[in-house]
Amino acid sequence: MAERSAFSVRTIPGFSAIAIFCFVAIYAPILILVTFSFNAGTSLAVWEGFSFKWYVAAAHNEQVQSAALRSLMLAFVAAAISTVAATMAALATTRTRHFPGRTMIYAMINQPLMIPEIVTAVALLIVFAWVKVVTNHTSMIYLIAAHTAFCIPFAYLPIRARLETMDDSLEKAAADLYASRWHVFSRVTLPLMMPGIIAGLMLAFVISMDDVVITEFVKSAGQDTLPTYMLGQLRRVVTPEVNAISTVVVFAGAVLVSIFFWVSSNRR
Amino acid sequence: MDLPEDAGQLEAEAVRRDTRDRWLMSVPALMIIFLAAAGPLLVMVIYSFLTPGDYSGVKWEFSTNAWSSILVQRDIFDDTLQWADAHLTIFWRSVSLSIITTVLTLAFGLPTAWFISTRPPGKREFWLFLMTVPSWTNLLVRTIAIQELIRAEGVINNVLIFVGIIDEPMQMMFTNFAIGFGMTYVYLPLMVLPIYAAVEKLDVRLLEACYDLYASRWHAFTRVILPLIKPGIIAGSILVFVPCLGAYVVPRVLGGGKNLMFGNLIELQFGAGRNWPLGAALSFLLMVIVMIALIYYIRITSQERKDG
Repeated sequence: MAERSAFSVRTIPGFSAIAIFCFVAIYAPILILVTFSFNAGTSLAVWEGFSFKWYVAAAHNEQVQSAALRSLMLAFVAAAISTVAATMAALATTRTRHFPGRTMIYAMINQPLMIPEIVTAVALLIVFAWVKVVTNHTSMIYLIAAHTAFCIPFAYLPIRARLETMDDSLEKAAADLYASRWHVFSRVTLPLMMPGIIAGLMLAFVISMDDVVITEFVKSAGQDTLPTYMLGQLRRVVTPEVNAISTVVVFAGAVLVSIFFWVSSNRR
Repeated sequence: MDLPEDAGQLEAEAVRRDTRDRWLMSVPALMIIFLAAAGPLLVMVIYSFLTPGDYSGVKWEFSTNAWSSILVQRDIFDDTLQWADAHLTIFWRSVSLSIITTVLTLAFGLPTAWFISTRPPGKREFWLFLMTVPSWTNLLVRTIAIQELIRAEGVINNVLIFVGIIDEPMQMMFTNFAIGFGMTYVYLPLMVLPIYAAVEKLDVRLLEACYDLYASRWHAFTRVILPLIKPGIIAGSILVFVPCLGAYVVPRVLGGGKNLMFGNLIELQFGAGRNWPLGAALSFLLMVIVMIALIYYIRITSQERKDG
């Protein structure tokens, strides 16, 4: 019983080792992928020297350029629209007593989170295919609508969380000082909500940038986004060019998510 | 003006107006979701009762064939009914791989959640952050990372050959193993988070009490810890099982053309299969299964909140 003094009720033998293994294992594949994006050769597993050539190749690839541009445009528009709609819905559903239909509004807003992506994708394919035939119109509007819809719950969550931490004393004070309703909203409520809105915008942007399933089913010919372009490339011989694109996507995503966490943890 | 009795009416009027305004404010979000997410699901149900078109799409003729052909098919030669073996194989693969993935993520996720909860209070958020960051990075990119790892000429095979454990590259890509491996990797954080939430609430005094009563480590784990964190384990299991069942990207990239899962079977009906009604019926079936699991999940977690 020599180690009696070191006995801790919270220790379970082997658990720490498994945990450390998990932390290493979830980062290792991504790090390997990033590493080989700098490979001078064409191999994804044998190191042949450092080079930026795959980044240069990706940057000069016209398909990559247009897919990247389309992804950014789509994510920006979808995130902006969904954040506005989510902000309004969050204002309507928080800081109030229970009103008739509130649960229904919650359920409806969270609906895209409940349904498997493939199901939504197929349902949209069916409806949009019909609309495309009837109207003969094949612009980005379908992708924008689909992305906006599944971004709304992601934008809504941080905005609602932020609103729930805000009491209305400042707004009441403003109203007491004869501020109009619009002034109270634009000078007091909105600035206080801003961290939540920015977090919601970031989250919606990342979610839209990452989507592959719904985009794959909704896009018309020549409307590849970065993820659907990459998915298409996997059928061919994969070169580190895919790694280079992936690395950029991962870093852009990581930066946005870090800002999201930073903004939402500085809420006081 | 007869004020006293109007006060109540005025207030009722104000409440009504407030409710109406709140609904109006929610309309844009509700409209977008209805038009581009919820509404199309209703159309999908209608399509599942139609007849497949000659090339793609549907003919507007009522038929329940799509629903029956999920399980049985008519033999083209002697017109007898037979089990749709191809579908059953795919259902079985989906369910079994989802269960295996859930068990694996539990085996790795429980110790990880425990580990995080035993860090000093200030450090826990850092470890949690470390666990969640990858799940915010692109799912496709993470799947590609696994693909490059397990390819015939990938890093794992190279290392194993270098060390001398194997002479020839193992065929890991395009197998059920690859799908299970990929899904375990991708969905691990979904298991860790709810279990962590449950472990965090665990009363350490109960553990002290049971060790004081000479419980072994094994007994403390199976008789005290496991029952107490069971809600977290169930929640995590549902959170992992559900996306596994509906997985599309991971089996498409890692499973290849032969090892289809539920999601890929659905896609097939809109591509080479040219059977939109069957695809719609399969989608609806998947949706119902997932909804049942998620409603169960919501009931557990809201129960938790009430108790805790």
